[in-house]
Amino acid sequence: MNIHEFQAKQVLARFGAPVPKGHPASTPEEAAKAFELLSQPKAVVKAQIHAGGRGKAGGVKLISSAAEARDFAAKLLGKPLVTHQTGPQGRVVRRVYVEQASEVARELYLGMVVDRKAQSVAVIASTEGGMEIEEVAAKTPDRILTEPIDPVIGLGGFQARKIAFALGLRDKQVGQFGALLGALYKAFLETDASLIEINPLVVTRDGSVICLDAKMSFDDNGLFRHADIRELRDPNEEDPAETEASKFDLSYVHLDGNIGCMVNGAGLAMATMDIVKYYGAEPANFLDVGGGASSQKVAAAFRILLSDDRVKAVLINIFGGIMLCDVLAQGVVDAAREVKLSVPLVVRMEGTNVAKGKQILKDSGIKVIAASDMADAARRVVEAIGRRAQA
Amino acid sequence: MSILVNKNTRVLTQGITGATGQIHTRACKEYGTQMVGGVVPGKGGTDFEGIPIFDTVEQARKATGANATVIYVPPPFAADAILEAVAAGIELVICITEGVPVLDMVKVSRYMRGSKSRLIGPNCPGVITPGECKIGIMPGYIHKPGDIGVVSRSGTLTYEAVYQLTQLGIGQSSCVGIGGDPIVGSGHIDILKLFNEDPGTRAVIMIGEIGGTAEEESAQYIKENFKKPVVAFIAGQTAPKGRRMGHAGAIISGGRGTAADKIAALKAAGIAVAMSPAELGVTMKSLLDGKAA
Repeated sequence: MNIHEFQAKQVLARFGAPVPKGHPASTPEEAAKAFELLSQPKAVVKAQIHAGGRGKAGGVKLISSAAEARDFAAKLLGKPLVTHQTGPQGRVVRRVYVEQASEVARELYLGMVVDRKAQSVAVIASTEGGMEIEEVAAKTPDRILTEPIDPVIGLGGFQARKIAFALGLRDKQVGQFGALLGALYKAFLETDASLIEINPLVVTRDGSVICLDAKMSFDDNGLFRHADIRELRDPNEEDPAETEASKFDLSYVHLDGNIGCMVNGAGLAMATMDIVKYYGAEPANFLDVGGGASSQKVAAAFRILLSDDRVKAVLINIFGGIMLCDVLAQGVVDAAREVKLSVPLVVRMEGTNVAKGKQILKDSGIKVIAASDMADAARRVVEAIGRRAQA
Repeated sequence: MSILVNKNTRVLTQGITGATGQIHTRACKEYGTQMVGGVVPGKGGTDFEGIPIFDTVEQARKATGANATVIYVPPPFAADAILEAVAAGIELVICITEGVPVLDMVKVSRYMRGSKSRLIGPNCPGVITPGECKIGIMPGYIHKPGDIGVVSRSGTLTYEAVYQLTQLGIGQSSCVGIGGDPIVGSGHIDILKLFNEDPGTRAVIMIGEIGGTAEEESAQYIKENFKKPVVAFIAGQTAPKGRRMGHAGAIISGGRGTAADKIAALKAAGIAVAMSPAELGVTMKSLLDGKAA
């Protein structure tokens, strides 16, 4: 789960990380008031969307009056902002963040992730602040420092100093940085974060080290123990079908093709998308109905799948382990009746209770194109849309 | 021959009275696995269909001589269940549970450093040696005893590979689902090392997916150390960047972990990569036939 910059800064501030003062605003009037509340000569108005590249896209502006704050907020709010991370349709700005301006002397990069290889949390730091770290990694990998943190010992003072010196920090900045890094690590552990990215981390003209931007993501598997973090979810930033799917504990990702896919298991679901493509069509989605799905859950999955009006045919590929084929078949039959299925349906089923499942489909009277294996299923579903396109 | 489990493996179920624990303990027992005990705190002294239940793993191990355990307990308690099994000295710990917080696994992984226990999973289907021992949730009937090893990050996609092999009359030595989470107890290389040393394994199917760099590292290992033919498949060739595809670990982040990178690394190491998931079985068959000729 991702959250907005202003939310990330609020979370990090709670753990003692230095962030500039600021106030979120969802109307131009609120933005003007936020500027007055700050009572600073200058402030920055920043569009709040779950995507990077806002500055270059015109979503960030330095302003010096309440009127300017109001005008810029009015320009952003309610309209899509297109950045290189949003795709061409952009994302609608529903809030801006009005923040005290900082006089920047140096821009650095600081990140914290779960490092798969080290099997621990790791700090990533670079002198190349303000750039995308992927780009730095590709062009100048020697300018990136990665430091894994031992989960038992915690962040060592020596590690914080090592990173601080590598970033070119001096004198009291080294101590400040150590405290900042400690706050970030504490926040990471205590919120089950999966990513904290401070880009840029800045040294101000007066020599302080502060988090000028902040991005936080959380481990969905850890959210059950953080009611406060769950509340930060912004459904406006999520695909409505994906939000609906998550209510049923289904894993759904919307894609751009026209073959709706319903599969059990993430690996097989990805492989099914791949084989659709292999036979010349494009998958409309990733949908994993999971292990012990009930027929209600399967029916919900089927409805969500068909809510995408670009879907011209449906491919169901189930290999029952925990998942029972008869339960799946019942769910499909129920949902197909309910939604009055009007597109071709190809079903490939194998595994536990497969004979019962096939019987349920056969007895239902619903028109099902039965496939014998994965390749056959993919061929048939691609053929089905081909025929429809010609009709 | 086989790796990890065989007909002599004595297995505990942690969480034996939960719905999933019951179904699969029963199915594994029916398959012929020696299911010797269950662990449910507070239910010690009772039994599940004749299988004795204990309060702690330590008691269960002492009473039954178990050397493996399978964990079905819910995600908030799964890490603790793994630690309990490791502390009790169980050699093979298989955690099926999906949804374990990754920071819990960071601690588990640190705790296991230097321990003699081996962890498979979490978020995996388990391990099977066809005809001898099935531990986990895979459908037993699709397997056939033989000499092909299977190692995979995915559950159902593993069944797909096994099914294709069996349909072609090719049996399996052992099949290991290592799990789809970012941090798992055993990686591809750990399992490949075991297959390398197993005289009963003639060739291996390795199934990877997007996210991380484990497949690239495996490719390097295979090129340098692996003595047997390998067929590979990488799921997620059509997955978009930055989106998590079901498995917590299946995400292309920071431009790393793409299927294209992994396939290129595998091919560069001389590994036969099936481009369609429907061709796993036939790719292995032609490789074996080629070798035989």
